[in-house]
Amino acid sequence: MSSTANAKRRLVVIGNGMAGARAVEEILARGGADMFEIVMFGEEPYGNYNRILLSDVLNGSHDESEIFLNPLAWYAEHGIKLHAGVPVLKIMRHARTVMGAGGILEPYDVLIIATGSLPFVPPMAGARFDDGRIKQGVFFFRNLDDCRNITSYAMGKRSGAVIGGGLLGLEAARGLQNFSLDVHVIQRSDVLMSQQLDRPAGLILKKTLEDLGIQVHLKKDTKRILGEEAVTGLEFGDGQKLDCELVVIAAGIKPNSELASRAGLTVERGIVVDNQLRSPDDPRVYALGECVQHRGQVYGLVAPIWEQAKVLADHITGRDSEAAYLGSKISTRLKVMGVEVASMGITEPTEEGDEVVQFTEPKKGTYKKLIIRNGRLLGSILLGDISKAPYLTQAFDRNTPLPEERLSLLFDIGAPSARATIDEMPADMQVCNCNGVTKGAISGCVTAGKRTLKTVMEATRAGMGCGACKALVSDVVAWACGGAAELDPSADYYVPGVPLPKPELVAKIRELGLRSVSAVFNALADGREDPGSKPGLASLLTTIWAGDYVDERDARFINDRVHANIQKDATFSVIPQIPGGVTSAAQLRRIADVAEKYNVPLVKLTGGQRIDLVGIPREDLPNVWRDLDMPSGFAYAKRYRTCKSCIGTDYCRYGLGDAMGLAQVIEARFQGLDTPGKLKLATAGCPRNCSEAMVKDVGAVAVEGGKWELYIGGAAGAHVRKGDLLCTVETHEEVLKISGRFIQYYRENAKYLERTYGFVERVGVAKLRAVVVEDSEGIAQQLDDALQSSVDAYRDPWLEANTPATPNQFVSHLPVIQ
Amino acid sequence: MSAAEALHQRVTLGPISAIPEGEGRNFVIDGRRVAVFRARDGSVFATQAECPHKNGPLADGLLGSGTLICPFHSLKFDLATGKALNGDCSLRIYPASLTDNGQVVVDLA
Repeated sequence: MSSTANAKRRLVVIGNGMAGARAVEEILARGGADMFEIVMFGEEPYGNYNRILLSDVLNGSHDESEIFLNPLAWYAEHGIKLHAGVPVLKIMRHARTVMGAGGILEPYDVLIIATGSLPFVPPMAGARFDDGRIKQGVFFFRNLDDCRNITSYAMGKRSGAVIGGGLLGLEAARGLQNFSLDVHVIQRSDVLMSQQLDRPAGLILKKTLEDLGIQVHLKKDTKRILGEEAVTGLEFGDGQKLDCELVVIAAGIKPNSELASRAGLTVERGIVVDNQLRSPDDPRVYALGECVQHRGQVYGLVAPIWEQAKVLADHITGRDSEAAYLGSKISTRLKVMGVEVASMGITEPTEEGDEVVQFTEPKKGTYKKLIIRNGRLLGSILLGDISKAPYLTQAFDRNTPLPEERLSLLFDIGAPSARATIDEMPADMQVCNCNGVTKGAISGCVTAGKRTLKTVMEATRAGMGCGACKALVSDVVAWACGGAAELDPSADYYVPGVPLPKPELVAKIRELGLRSVSAVFNALADGREDPGSKPGLASLLTTIWAGDYVDERDARFINDRVHANIQKDATFSVIPQIPGGVTSAAQLRRIADVAEKYNVPLVKLTGGQRIDLVGIPREDLPNVWRDLDMPSGFAYAKRYRTCKSCIGTDYCRYGLGDAMGLAQVIEARFQGLDTPGKLKLATAGCPRNCSEAMVKDVGAVAVEGGKWELYIGGAAGAHVRKGDLLCTVETHEEVLKISGRFIQYYRENAKYLERTYGFVERVGVAKLRAVVVEDSEGIAQQLDDALQSSVDAYRDPWLEANTPATPNQFVSHLPVIQ
Repeated sequence: MSAAEALHQRVTLGPISAIPEGEGRNFVIDGRRVAVFRARDGSVFATQAECPHKNGPLADGLLGSGTLICPFHSLKFDLATGKALNGDCSLRIYPASLTDNGQVVVDLA
């Protein structure tokens, strides 16, 4: 044992970022644990995390804990000695020793430098105080601590600027938007993302960002950051000024090569390495990642790092001493603020005879450009629609000849893009996990003649459970159809059984005065009643006519006919209203009495802070309701469901706002309201958010200063999404008003069964804010009035215990009367 | 009359007015559960009571022109043939009609 231990060489790695950690992983995968005693230095006091996801941490879509690749325990498990939070001060090449802060000395046989990059700061005055400290309100955007600092500083600020309109800058801007700041992006050149885009694409992206509420300033170089103690604004080269309280400098990166330079290694733009990622000055020293320069190139993306790590590991472990890194062809594919971008190679033709194929549709934000030389792809930009990216990336990477038909390179006419990945998917792989439908079942269905997404979904029920897999089902159908699925004309209809999209349908219903579901079928569908379309039409009609709707009960789903949720044994669950989750001893006693009297098999506390009596036969429902003497909690319908709350200010020592009281007035106002999908609300008395208000359809969170932040479009079911901050208001009345207006706008504009998370993403929070907060379309009063008439039409459905709406409403078996 | 004979005959179940328009209700005839539906156009249908997929109560389903959707997992059946339009199971269909005075008659043969 000891002989092998002694035989181990010492490998020291400087840098525990994506490059350093990946190199070690690749070395371990090649049996490196038996060859090396591994020591790592990391400047940050953490394990290794995915730096690419930092913007998601800033915008709140990822929690910090979710971005870690290797937690501290991983290092211990693999026998790696990690100096976390220890910067390296010196590489002493003659002594073959690395010196870390605090006097730590680690000798090496082999050294890997993976020090990454530093933020590039364009020359400007006022970023630092005279003593070198960074001015308050100035931030970089490079690591987890930067994210944390921005987050805590941005709260309550009105305006923030990002210097740098590249990928990193736009990601920072997207993050800042989450704090409800006015966000400005300052770009020196006249092209956004100039590494990836050309001028026309940059302008389309600019327009898209401006529609999302971000102000883009092109051709502005920042001369000075203003403010004595803290940032108050920016001053540009042209003398103009911009007020802002926060500045994020994200103008690019530069290789962090100082340590190598001081150790006497050759450094130009980065640490110079050969095809084995080795310094030409010292065969014991390797380097990879953003700190290196290889064949004159410096890379700032992750894909080259993965390639470098493999070659380096092959070489260091002797697995393949011929392994050589020959440079990376750069292609990127990303989503900037919801806009899909793919870019590879050059962005402009460089030689005479280079062929440029281009398509522009600025209105839809679509741009496609190819640069072709000798029939091969040298560069491409795709914006908005990147469906061809997989094919083009492959053609670019492998330098394969392109088909003569250039049109097919831009549009899906022939070769399907998703084909390659779905080809690889085994036939027995489950595509829909709710209904257990495999890829094979879907393609079999297509072979049998169903050639639209809808018909395949109906036939196999794939995508008809939670709906999360619908996009994949669509891809598999397209694949099985050998390209694209046939278009189903009904895809745009509000409901499949009436051939009209929602706006036209609403107009017809108003014009013809159609007040019942059967009247709609008679007037607009030749009298053919499509059963699946009935509940959607019923929901729409109550939204349009409120109290004047002619309520045909057979148009409702069973739950809405008997005001309870049907269970797998055809019994029902009964959930009475408990506003704000606040009950009393007397109420609990009454519920307990009912549970005993009717032998209720299961009494369950719900996620919405209520009590569920499960397993009640239909015939008992009226008596149960009478005995409970409580209104319906509507836990069975596509309606407003409940508003969860925390204790708020009454007893909680952190409470900033009366969440409990607010939840109760919200419930009193919105109870029973029909909506396209169910609505689950919550109020939180402070940003600790115990009631999970940020993942609700509408959530109100109390913040310091007697204010409420309103979040919309959150979800935490089959789909998880953090809500978008709509606005900040001061009173309960304003919360009711703005959230009511949003709900009404959602009622009038969402597709049937479209939850707010889909609706908010589809319409965009900036547009919604403009409509419901700033009244940009002048319809606020109209929305308020329409909501008010629906509120006025509320009636507790459980009163039907005494006055049934239909014959035998609560009877499932009728006697035979001969 | 034996039970077997009783099953092979037309049974009068009662007035159609007991079933709300566009809905269905169950009847038990000699231990056999049958769902009877009253369509808005005046026609009547009768099927087995439980969905062959996972025993959903078909009488609580959504009724359209000649089709029925089970409330449990949205299987859709053609009421003329009993065949599921989005699955590979089928329903037992019983011929049903109305007498002149509005009585539902089901043929259980």
